[in-house]
Amino acid sequence: MARPRHILPGFKLTLGYTLLYLSLIVLIPFSGLFLKTFSGGWAHFFQTITDPRVVSSYYVSFGISFAAALVNGFFGVIAAWVLARYEFPGRKILDAMVDLPFALPTAVAGIALTTIYARNGIIGAHLEPYGIKVAYTQLGVFVALTFIGLPFVVRTVQPVIQDLSVDVEEVAATLGANRWQTFQRVIFPALLPSILTGIMLAYGRAVGEFGSVVFISGNLPFKTEITPLLIIMKLDQYDYSGGAALGFVLMVGAFIILLISNVLQSWDHKRRGLA
Amino acid sequence: MAGTLTPFPTKAAPPRRATAESPVIKTVLVSLVLVFFGLFLVLPLFVIFHEAFSRGWEFILKTFEDRATVHSIQLTLITALIAVPLNTVFGLAAAWLVTRFKFPGRSLLISLIDLPLWISPVVGGLIYVLVFGRQGWLGPLFFPSDEMLQTSFLARFIYEHNIKVIFALPGIVLATTFVTFPFVARGLIPLMQAQGHKEEEAAMTLGASGWQIFTRVTLPKIKWGLIYGIILCNARAMGEFGAVSVVSGHIRNQTNTMPLHIEILYNEYPNTGAFVIAALLSVLALVTLFIKTYAEWRAERQLRAAAESAE
Repeated sequence: MARPRHILPGFKLTLGYTLLYLSLIVLIPFSGLFLKTFSGGWAHFFQTITDPRVVSSYYVSFGISFAAALVNGFFGVIAAWVLARYEFPGRKILDAMVDLPFALPTAVAGIALTTIYARNGIIGAHLEPYGIKVAYTQLGVFVALTFIGLPFVVRTVQPVIQDLSVDVEEVAATLGANRWQTFQRVIFPALLPSILTGIMLAYGRAVGEFGSVVFISGNLPFKTEITPLLIIMKLDQYDYSGGAALGFVLMVGAFIILLISNVLQSWDHKRRGLA
Repeated sequence: MAGTLTPFPTKAAPPRRATAESPVIKTVLVSLVLVFFGLFLVLPLFVIFHEAFSRGWEFILKTFEDRATVHSIQLTLITALIAVPLNTVFGLAAAWLVTRFKFPGRSLLISLIDLPLWISPVVGGLIYVLVFGRQGWLGPLFFPSDEMLQTSFLARFIYEHNIKVIFALPGIVLATTFVTFPFVARGLIPLMQAQGHKEEEAAMTLGASGWQIFTRVTLPKIKWGLIYGIILCNARAMGEFGAVSVVSGHIRNQTNTMPLHIEILYNEYPNTGAFVIAALLSVLALVTLFIKTYAEWRAERQLRAAAESAE
């Protein structure tokens, strides 16, 4: 391999510092996680991760997260389109608001959503007569996870819409396509990779989410318990290897989602000629 | 590689008539977004402030006079004061490394920087419990047996000086630092990549030292990206719940940060105090969003100016 040419100074310093920092704060503790996961033996590992109560928490953490990510996919595309293409009063404020779930502490979001959807809450009170309960049900978990994932689809799709050349849409229009046909055949295929990437990003974030969910979920075993909460319960019982095993499962899940979104992202970049 | 990371989206030209939707569709779409955002973004904020003020100013003042509240605010400030500068230095070093040099393992390093965004905050706390907790790797040192105290100098030292990691400030700082370390780096990398390093190279040929290049050339160029990264890192550090929850042990007046204190007050009656503190953190979040919007605007202008001067 050719010797890399480094014109600017600071390569050794920044490389050394970055690696030292990452090792201390990430690599060493994580190697601890992997060692601890299997320290109780394979039998304990499998018993922990296949326990019925744990398995039902997977349905909540991985299943409801996916539903929330899909809903964010739908509304996120519309929001990205509206923010990128339309001019209307308040657009800039809406645009800035998109990132609120990034900046707002999760516990704050959790108590706010619980208050809104509780039986006497602003929305909860109106749903109560119809027998719809949100707080302390899986629907509540879904609401919290939708909130948490909201920025991802908008922020991945918005720049793609802004980069779309209007020429192509004009060509479609002159060839007699109506607006819906243009959207369906020209715009949507161009947006699809970024939409899917955004959905996977929102999904990845929701799978590990804790703070906003624990308040609204009520943490009912076999119903609304999420996997991260079970990790904390294992630690409280000093079952460290059990907690590590569940942490390992969450890591593997997140890693697979990350891998898929990376593949989608490179597909998107290739299509847009960025790679 | 140029352009793999677009830093800040540029504004699109207004679409022409043949390529615009009918006004009806447009209204429907805008209304959908307004309803969705209203439900998920505006309403939660409204409820926080509404509840916080529901018992009047007196109650708010009383909440802030409470010793446990004051302590939680202090602890949160101390934690952020340690974690944010650490992550700022790291972010600057990592961004310089990744955007100025090509080396094997570069993209792996970028993925590694993103790691905390991917894993559950609870796992972020868990890894430190597995190292420093009672049953952890180094557990025997921090929770020593009598035998350990006699044989190990280090265990005796830790015991005599009452050094704690888990259920104490160091653990809270570690977990917070871990969860928030990507933010400064991620704010800088796309910006520095887009700006390139021609100016830095020019400064070098003029005889500037590395430190001079960094402070006189690079720092002014990345100022707003850096400020946004720091402020986001700070908001996340002050608001972190999951990771801190695992390592803190929830000891009132000792290891309760503001978000953990919110949880405790929320379970009391009346729970208005929780919303008072939540409102304070919400103001912090809103300020963060405001600075972000401003920083984006400044960075965009800077980029445009750079593009014009390059032509």
